[in-house]
Amino acid sequence: MLWATMYSLRHPLETGWRGTTSMNITSAILAIVGRLLSGASVRWIDCQPDTCQRVYFANHTSHLDALILWSSLPRRIRTLTRPVAAKDYWEKGIIRRYIAQQFNAMLIDRKEIKVHRSPVDLMLREIGETHSLIVFPEGSRNTESEMGEFKSGLYYIGKKRPDLELVPVYIDNLNRVLPRGEFLPVPLLSCISFGPPIWLESGEPKADFLQRARECVRRLKEI
Amino acid sequence: MNTMISIPAVVADIASPFAQAIPLITPLLNPATIILMAVVLALLAIAFGFGQVLARQPDTSIHPAVVRRFNSRVRAWWMMCATVSLAFLFGRNATLILFGVVSFWALREFITLTPTRLGDHRALFWVFFAFTPLQYVLVWLGPENYGLYSIAIPVYGFLFVPARVAISGDYKRFLERTAKIQAGMLVCVYTLSFAPALLDLQLRTNKTADGSWQPWEDGSTAGLLFYLILIAQSGDVLQFLWGQLLGRRVIAPTINASRTWEGFFGGIASTTLIGTILWWVTPFTYWQSACMSLVIAVMGFAGSMTMSAIKRDRGVRDYGTLVEGHAGVLDRIDSICFAAPVFFHLTRFFFADV
Repeated sequence: MLWATMYSLRHPLETGWRGTTSMNITSAILAIVGRLLSGASVRWIDCQPDTCQRVYFANHTSHLDALILWSSLPRRIRTLTRPVAAKDYWEKGIIRRYIAQQFNAMLIDRKEIKVHRSPVDLMLREIGETHSLIVFPEGSRNTESEMGEFKSGLYYIGKKRPDLELVPVYIDNLNRVLPRGEFLPVPLLSCISFGPPIWLESGEPKADFLQRARECVRRLKEI
Repeated sequence: MNTMISIPAVVADIASPFAQAIPLITPLLNPATIILMAVVLALLAIAFGFGQVLARQPDTSIHPAVVRRFNSRVRAWWMMCATVSLAFLFGRNATLILFGVVSFWALREFITLTPTRLGDHRALFWVFFAFTPLQYVLVWLGPENYGLYSIAIPVYGFLFVPARVAISGDYKRFLERTAKIQAGMLVCVYTLSFAPALLDLQLRTNKTADGSWQPWEDGSTAGLLFYLILIAQSGDVLQFLWGQLLGRRVIAPTINASRTWEGFFGGIASTTLIGTILWWVTPFTYWQSACMSLVIAVMGFAGSMTMSAIKRDRGVRDYGTLVEGHAGVLDRIDSICFAAPVFFHLTRFFFADV
């Protein structure tokens, strides 16, 4: 039975050690630890893993979110995906900085947002024509069971780069593994669901789009 | 000399070259245990093949869902048996580690399905990383710690959990939350740890020609542990089969619609029969083995019903994953969890040189 669980941790797209050019052993270990710790079962609902450029947007409940979501992706896609994480958290201390570097995090300063260097422009410049992004549009982790309102960043990403697939992701139970303000994890089982991609419709108002995107994430909870 | 001693002797003759050929074999295993494990693995392999053939039939009178369920069960049992056998080959430490890991995983599934609040986080951390390993370390330290490992969780764990939750300052549904954590710890860790604790018992037997009590020298406690697992699991499947064949009166429709009184009595009777036939791996005589397997089967039934009730309350079909349909570790071991401490106590009380 344990073997079955271990087996299910492997992903069909992971074949051999190809695609490790930008990945090293540490980040592979990090991904395995992330999966074991969260015991995450990964579901792809009306969506398949693909190396095309995507923006994964998810609910945010734990500091582990970025790491676990990143490690639940098949390796070939993982190497091309950069989680957006809070600079003030991940640059604190050597260990956090090292981990952030290993999972290729894009650290964004959420405290000082300058007019000419908006985070969205920064993100779009960083990913170029190859990388995908992981974003948490709620901005900060919420403690309520209900998701918070989405910030407008996702809308501007969709507007400036209409070719990107926007993939909703629902992360379940991870807030119990490492809740806000705790530093020791409790190894409960979590579940990550990827939903069908959405795009910004032409002329769709910002508020409507953000509401629709939020609804897409929330709906994955019930499926 | 009666048949009761001659059969193990014959078994030993057949298996001795086999046992000598494998240097890995530790004192945990004796020829009788090896034979039993090999036979069970072979039977499961045959059942697996049969299930595969059945699944390929385009048109049968059996419902495809039943076939699928049967196949996944058989696969899980085969894996379970193979893992336990492998652990026995590597000895006592490996067996303890295996059961420790299974406990940890089952507890993980249990707590995942049990709503806890932020205030329980620290208490849960101690439960997972202190009490669970501690229980198995105490068992590992040996039978002289019986007094300690039989109270560590029911007394110290019991007192620690509510105290730690109280310190974190969240009083909402306090008693309910602490009781859930305590129950998880008892069911997944404490009770299961009595299964590998069987390995350390110094047993005696009255399977002698004149019926006098002698140390059980040619036996293996690993065989006894395997006997426990085998009887508990066959109890499960036989109750299911009898229920499918004759089942009319459902015991508790709201808990489990497939468990019937007919299945219960038929399953218990046939499990007892299997237990009686397997007397030769245990220190028990025919009728002692019959009584023991009866107790294991009844406790296994109680375990399955209890865990089903918890699952129904949480609105899920299986432990394991949050949403997906495949069963978790806890679904497979619920009967063993309930049977292990009772079987341990009975064996220790009546058959151990304490």
